[in-house]
Amino acid sequence: MDRIPILQMGEFLLVTIQVDMHDQLALALQDDLTSKIEKSGARGVLIDISALEMVDSFIGRLIANISGMSRILDAQTVLVGMQPAVAITLVELGLSLTGVKTALNVERGMHFLRAARADDRREAGGLSSEAAHGFTE
Amino acid sequence: MAQQSRTAAILTKHRDDLNAEWMKSLQAAVGGKDSRISESQLKEQTAQFTALLLAALQAGEAFNAKSSEWKAITHFLEEVSKSRVAQGFSSDETAMFIFSFKKPLFARLRQELGKDAEALAEETWAATDLLDRMGMLTVRAFQKTREDVINRQQMEMLELSTPVVKLWDGVLALPMIGTLDSARTQIVMESLLQRIVDTGSELAIIDITGVPTVDTLVAQHLLKTVTAIRLMGADCIISGVRPQIAQTIVHLGVDLQGVTTKATLADALSLALKRSGYVVSRPKV
Repeated sequence: MDRIPILQMGEFLLVTIQVDMHDQLALALQDDLTSKIEKSGARGVLIDISALEMVDSFIGRLIANISGMSRILDAQTVLVGMQPAVAITLVELGLSLTGVKTALNVERGMHFLRAARADDRREAGGLSSEAAHGFTE
Repeated sequence: MAQQSRTAAILTKHRDDLNAEWMKSLQAAVGGKDSRISESQLKEQTAQFTALLLAALQAGEAFNAKSSEWKAITHFLEEVSKSRVAQGFSSDETAMFIFSFKKPLFARLRQELGKDAEALAEETWAATDLLDRMGMLTVRAFQKTREDVINRQQMEMLELSTPVVKLWDGVLALPMIGTLDSARTQIVMESLLQRIVDTGSELAIIDITGVPTVDTLVAQHLLKTVTAIRLMGADCIISGVRPQIAQTIVHLGVDLQGVTTKATLADALSLALKRSGYVVSRPKV
């Protein structure tokens, strides 16, 4: 059975879905991704679904679940490149994926992950993030 | 069958007279000359109609729009109705084309069958029935043509009414005009989402200044669009909320789920610029 590859890029994990998802594949991805996050200690996950052209309610829910699971494992998750047709389908299915961070493309998704990570570090470093923001604005 | 052919015989015998009298009664109905249709065209149509009617009557079958004998005349009448629509005639004027044929035809029937009261009554009834059906046929064709025009205009309006405008680098605006129903929401959503993908814009402003009323259904459609935009990874501002609409939304208890709303498109644009880090300033003189 084929699996969706999960690539590691520094402290981030990259999942690109290049084929049409079927139920088994999605379930396998869920298992693989959670164990990979646990093993690698990744702090961010980027899921690229720009090649996904069809979703049903099951896949839609699984995408939401996977994002939720990685967040619980303390990895910021961003879903990028959703096609208009997919977005419309999800809305019609009543799946608004509340709480899932989305971005237009991989570049913006990575930018978001890095920014979120930088925020984390600043907080961890004891520097007040409000003060830092105050200077940049 | 025998009765139908009696009318057919009379029609054959007096065809030219009938045509001339019909023309006269047609012109009398509109009060003199009609500028919308030329006399020669009208003459041609009347002549064609009597020829087709005669052919159908001689075939001897009762009127039935689907049978092959009557197909020619049905088709002819539909074409006439279509051209009448294009020429700007009203439906009763179009129906008049058929009904004004009654007077000359009945006069001829009386002239020929005057002595035989029973035959006259029978023929008159058959002819009335036939012409009435044809009159209704023309009206139906007339209406269908008009409905086609309305449908086409509706389609065109749908396309015209959803322009997606690029306001700034990464900022799209969609000024919505008219009532939001499911079909329009679908088209709006599709074109807006496609433009977001094409331009890579991160912010979309939906301006509802031109939406006359917002009820629960319209609000739901708006929310759907906003959710879809968020799923794509872009953000959305709703602008142009008029005071009455703000009141209605609150009275209806619609929860806009943290959607950013602004009173005017200008406010929305200034927020969009601020979010993307632009500063607008006036140079000091």
